[in-house]
Amino acid sequence: MSTYEKYYVPEQSRFPIYAATSLFILVMGAASTINALGQPDSMSKYILYAGLASFGATLFFWFRKVVQEHLAGLDSAQLNQSFVYGMAWFIFSEVMFFAAFFGALFYVRTFSVPWLGGEGEKGLANMLWENFQSTWPLLTTPDLGAAYTVPEKSMSFPGWDKILTWLPLWNTIVLLSSSVTVHMAHINLKAANKNKFNIWLGVTVSLAIFFVFLQALEYYEAYEHYGLTLNSGIYGSTFFMLTGFHGFHVMMGGLMLSVMLIRSVFYNHFKPDPHEHFGFEAASWYWHFVDVVWVMLFMFVYIL
Amino acid sequence: MSAVIESHDDHHHGPAKGLTRWLFTTNHKDIGTLYLWFSFTMFLIGGAMALVIRAELFQPGMQIVEPEFYNQMLTLHGLIMVFGAVMPAFVGLANWLVPMMVGAPDMALPRMNNLSFWILPFAFLMMLSSLFMEGGAPNFGWTFYAPLSTTYAPPSVTFFIFSVHILGASSIMGAINVIVTIMNMRAPGMTLMKMPLFVWSWLITAYLLIAVMPVLAGAVTMMLMDIHFGTSFFNAAGGGDPVLFQHIFWFFGHPEVYIMILPAFGIVSHIISTFSRKELFGYSSMVWAMVSIAILSFVVWAHHMFTVGMPLAAELFFMWATMLIAVPTGVKVFNWVATMFRGSITYETPMLFAIAFVVLFTIGGFSGLMLAITPADFQYHDTYFVVAHFHYVLVPGAIFSIMAAVYYWLPKWCGNMYDERLGRLHFWLSFIGVNVTFFPQHFIGLAGMPRRIPDYALQFADWNMVSTVGAFLFGASQILFLFIVVRTVMGGKKATPEVWEGAQGLEWTVDSPPPYHTFSTPPEVK
Ligand code: HEM
Ligand SMILES: [Cu+2]
Repeated sequence: MSTYEKYYVPEQSRFPIYAATSLFILVMGAASTINALGQPDSMSKYILYAGLASFGATLFFWFRKVVQEHLAGLDSAQLNQSFVYGMAWFIFSEVMFFAAFFGALFYVRTFSVPWLGGEGEKGLANMLWENFQSTWPLLTTPDLGAAYTVPEKSMSFPGWDKILTWLPLWNTIVLLSSSVTVHMAHINLKAANKNKFNIWLGVTVSLAIFFVFLQALEYYEAYEHYGLTLNSGIYGSTFFMLTGFHGFHVMMGGLMLSVMLIRSVFYNHFKPDPHEHFGFEAASWYWHFVDVVWVMLFMFVYIL
Repeated sequence: MSAVIESHDDHHHGPAKGLTRWLFTTNHKDIGTLYLWFSFTMFLIGGAMALVIRAELFQPGMQIVEPEFYNQMLTLHGLIMVFGAVMPAFVGLANWLVPMMVGAPDMALPRMNNLSFWILPFAFLMMLSSLFMEGGAPNFGWTFYAPLSTTYAPPSVTFFIFSVHILGASSIMGAINVIVTIMNMRAPGMTLMKMPLFVWSWLITAYLLIAVMPVLAGAVTMMLMDIHFGTSFFNAAGGGDPVLFQHIFWFFGHPEVYIMILPAFGIVSHIISTFSRKELFGYSSMVWAMVSIAILSFVVWAHHMFTVGMPLAAELFFMWATMLIAVPTGVKVFNWVATMFRGSITYETPMLFAIAFVVLFTIGGFSGLMLAITPADFQYHDTYFVVAHFHYVLVPGAIFSIMAAVYYWLPKWCGNMYDERLGRLHFWLSFIGVNVTFFPQHFIGLAGMPRRIPDYALQFADWNMVSTVGAFLFGASQILFLFIVVRTVMGGKKATPEVWEGAQGLEWTVDSPPPYHTFSTPPEVK
């Protein structure tokens, strides 16, 4: 029963209750801040900041403790396996989060917008706004912009002549390459090539930052030059929410990878044995997941 | 051989003293206890709100509360019972039982376990605090359909949204913990098809939770954006659709109702087998029935939306898919009955609750089948018939199974036997209370009384009065339950390790109460 000799049951811990309390402060702050958006002198945002800071700090010390326990040899192969399963199921939950937004996109594209335009089985809906015609990307709204700001241009494929200035294509190239580089890092780690590992991981982190930069550029374009905003009807809603949550996940994944880079470069963590580098591997799984989501976005939001 | 490694010197593995034991604990039994007491507290709060509702409905006309407040009570009652009472109770039972049943020392990720619990009190503090906010608490029903929950919502909806967010985070973490424990911590020899059915039921439940809680998070996020940041997911003027909200909500919502009943299936299977002194009639068919129910639960959601105006093909598809669920459900019911058939049955309190579960849950299943018939549902939808249906599956279904579980395992947990006479009294009061409350709601529903309205036409008066009397009886008998449990925890006849003659499973091989870390070395599983 060798693998079972080392059940690791951690002693009492203060981290969870700190995390729960700071999460509470965070969401109370967030809700009050959002409710007070019209009042610039509201103090709620400081509650939000306090929550963010304490939640971030708790997570930092919590993760640090887990790493220290690992380095002290307290954990076991079994615990490591628990982390592996845990991470996999966490990523599955993220998949389902995106599924909700993709589901909304498919629903409006196949059902609600055509119906509002008078097509299909529920085309009766057209009597709400009789002048509305269904198209996609939707550059108007059924109420013809009465309550919304209608965009001039969409983010979709602009035609072959303009392809080189089309940011989403560059975004795709950047993100796909970063999946390759993080994989190269992993190969080198397993081959005990620590230097190359650091370099490839560094390249990945730079690509992540570059992606976020391009994405910010794209949002700037949208808001400043295309008139495309959150308030542009369902096209803008789905576009910004899908790419926005994806961008947020890129930042999270990038943060994870940077932490791994710092741990590797400054603390010489991670060894070739899979048991000795799951932190990195988990971050790289997350990174591949973010990449797959982008491929879906590229297809269903930008191209099709 | 010291098998449990602890990073401190205390080798007794006993609990810490004082309040910090509960705040900082990483022990699955402590956390299970916290969940169960929390759930009971929420059960009483949500129950008090139900009594406000029933008191208002005692007679036609406006009697006690304002309509606005009535709506807030209705909404909070539903949310509290679903997310605060039933779900945490099952997570508490999973905490107590899953590690013991699979032969593990604790849950796989003990610190995250503590975090999952402690998020809950904060989330409900946040939700309940909305009662004192300007505009009052959420008033749009527990299903929070847009645009009631967006365009026409009180400002407190923002707090509601974030509360749902952290509740979801708690559920996802709890579910990950259960799955990982089951997949990774089983004692050697405990193959999947040797796992106790409660463990199986929770494996499937946890999978459902991880699949649908993020979808709920997506739904409330879209609401938040629609309300505050100008998007138009649920607004047709911008090209969205309020019906989209219902699709997303029920894609979460229907699996959610199975989240609230699958663990009950597991519990009842254990209890019926023990008190019939027979092996379960068909173990593997029970497992496969649960797996099929879980899979089907993803393709039936729109049976809640038959009247909303869907294409005909969708109406038909969701009707047939829903009816299909009756097949595996029937497999389970026949299984329980066949287990009892020719058994040497004794009627201790857990068994009474379990038998009542089988009978009354089946009634709820049948009314569900009636609702699944699309043309019939055009009549029944949004009437008290629906209220009767889901209360039959939730109260004598989920809640009775939880009570059965408490009576069944409480002697194991605290080492003392409960008072059998009082337990039976509690059962009969609850049984009568539940039926007097909810059976008449079938009649007034079929006669056309709409749900979610504080006033009604005169012809519904008699049965409403009966229903309210039943509700107060049921409510009062839960005080007796509290009394019985507290008394048992404080003392009483000592329980043996087996507790029940013929009970099967690893948890009955250890002392009552079990050691703080149950299995520090993995037990033998044959
Ligand atoms: C044989 C199994 C079942 C079938 C065929 C079934 C069918 C249905 C249908 C068609 C409705 C919608 C009625 C309407 O709104 O017009 C409904 C509502 C409902 N069911 Fe079931 N059901 C079943 C089992 C369950 C179980 C096991 C639970 C929970 C433990 C449950 C909880 C609910 C709830 C909470 C609602 C009402 C939601 C609301 O509108 O507030 N059902 N059921
Ligand atoms: Cu349903």
